[in-house]
Amino acid sequence: MEEQRYIVFLFPSVSYALKAEKILKAAGTAHKLIPVPRHISSDCGVCLRTTEDKQLDVAGELLGRVKWDKVVLL
Amino acid sequence: MPLDQLNNSIIYFDNAATSWPKPAGMMAAMINYNEMIGGSPGRSGHQRSLDAGRVIMEAREVLAELFGCDDSLRIAFTKNATEALNIALSGILNPGDHVITSSMEHNSVMRPLRFLETQGVHLSVVPCSGDGRLNPADVIAAIRPHTRLLVVTHASNVTGTIQPIAELGRIARNHGIIFCVDAAQTAGSLPINVDEMAIDFLAFSGHKSLFGPQGTGGLYVREGLEKQIRPLMMGGTGSRSEFERQPDFMPDKYESGTPNTIGLAGLGAGVRFVLAEGVEAIRSKEEMLTTRFLAGLAALSGITVYGPPDAANRTAVVSFNIAGISPSEAALELDERFGILCRPGLHCAPTAHRTIGTFSHGTIRFGFGYFNKDEEISPALKAIQYLAGGDTEYSIR
Ligand SMILES: Cc1ncc(COP(=O)(O)O)c(C=O)c1O
Repeated sequence: MEEQRYIVFLFPSVSYALKAEKILKAAGTAHKLIPVPRHISSDCGVCLRTTEDKQLDVAGELLGRVKWDKVVLL
Repeated sequence: MPLDQLNNSIIYFDNAATSWPKPAGMMAAMINYNEMIGGSPGRSGHQRSLDAGRVIMEAREVLAELFGCDDSLRIAFTKNATEALNIALSGILNPGDHVITSSMEHNSVMRPLRFLETQGVHLSVVPCSGDGRLNPADVIAAIRPHTRLLVVTHASNVTGTIQPIAELGRIARNHGIIFCVDAAQTAGSLPINVDEMAIDFLAFSGHKSLFGPQGTGGLYVREGLEKQIRPLMMGGTGSRSEFERQPDFMPDKYESGTPNTIGLAGLGAGVRFVLAEGVEAIRSKEEMLTTRFLAGLAALSGITVYGPPDAANRTAVVSFNIAGISPSEAALELDERFGILCRPGLHCAPTAHRTIGTFSHGTIRFGFGYFNKDEEISPALKAIQYLAGGDTEYSIR
């Protein structure tokens, strides 16, 4: 079986990431808040990690509710 | 209640300044933050920092629910309503702009506006009626081609007079004017819906009817308008740290520096209390207390009451005077002899007192709150009667 790759959603600020976390928790979508990996951005904030196969689910949950900046493959 | 039973207790009628007591959950939330969390929100990625961020996010979410705003990130936290109003007013108004306000405003609106006037902003202060009401037709008459902003208090902190906010919001929207509401006296005690009332900026105190601690307040900003309001302060926000420019998005744009996380933990709990009790229930209790008090005052001689005659058109604030005794003397007597705590004077709103004809001596102001009891009204009335020279059999503390 092919191993799942991780992606991260990057947000304008931690407030956005935490709001996204609340929405995904309520929806039961697997995710984790992690510090933004240095190679992606020098920002000191957090981003939301999920598996690649969940990208559309997460985007669907967040659309129109929390704005994100971009999605990056880890 | 006989007076000797009152001796060890106080009657707190200064809820219009700040509410007391607070719901039990408020202090518990603050202690929980301090003992179990303690991190700086949005500054580091570790679990305690994230938990601190979650505390603030929860406070934003419950406030958004209370104000009918569908995105909690539209609310920026400040230290009080004054800071929120200063951000909105000095951030949006430029020289040459025209702004309309009422003659019932608190100094937190009037002073920034008077300052901006010296910087070239044109100001119209629309006179209110003797009971403090702003007539929407007078606002329409004051509109000019370059009117940018209408700023009005939802309810006066002097007379409790409730302004026709929804109607004013419609007028502003129809004329393309930004509408800013000072909800210091009403957030938590009267229903507020930023969409139905067409409110563009809502400034609120956390420490009054929202039952948070002092040092909390905030500003709701309608989507898109943050692009037009300069922040009062700039600095670290935890976001976009690689850039030397202030972020231009809500709420970070107006939240520089480490926030009052412990206070916001308390505010979140206070707002949850308001939502659990229900604004309607809070309003009806406060209206009942106000009705009792107004009816009691009406039966006394030597008392002048200001503001709308019935409780339905005012918040739980009653300003009055007792013949033959100044407001400050009366308040001192009420405190020292009867343990009744209220606020005399001008209440930071000199123009409001000019409007109701009580400048410069002011009034005695009783501000009732949800935690006041019906049984506290009649001893207060007796004390007022005593001070008015009526019932002297009333024993002295
Ligand atoms: C009508 C009104 N506006 C503004 C304020 C200022 O609120 P804060 O003390 O939270 O800055 C108050 C209360 O002090 C008020 O009653």
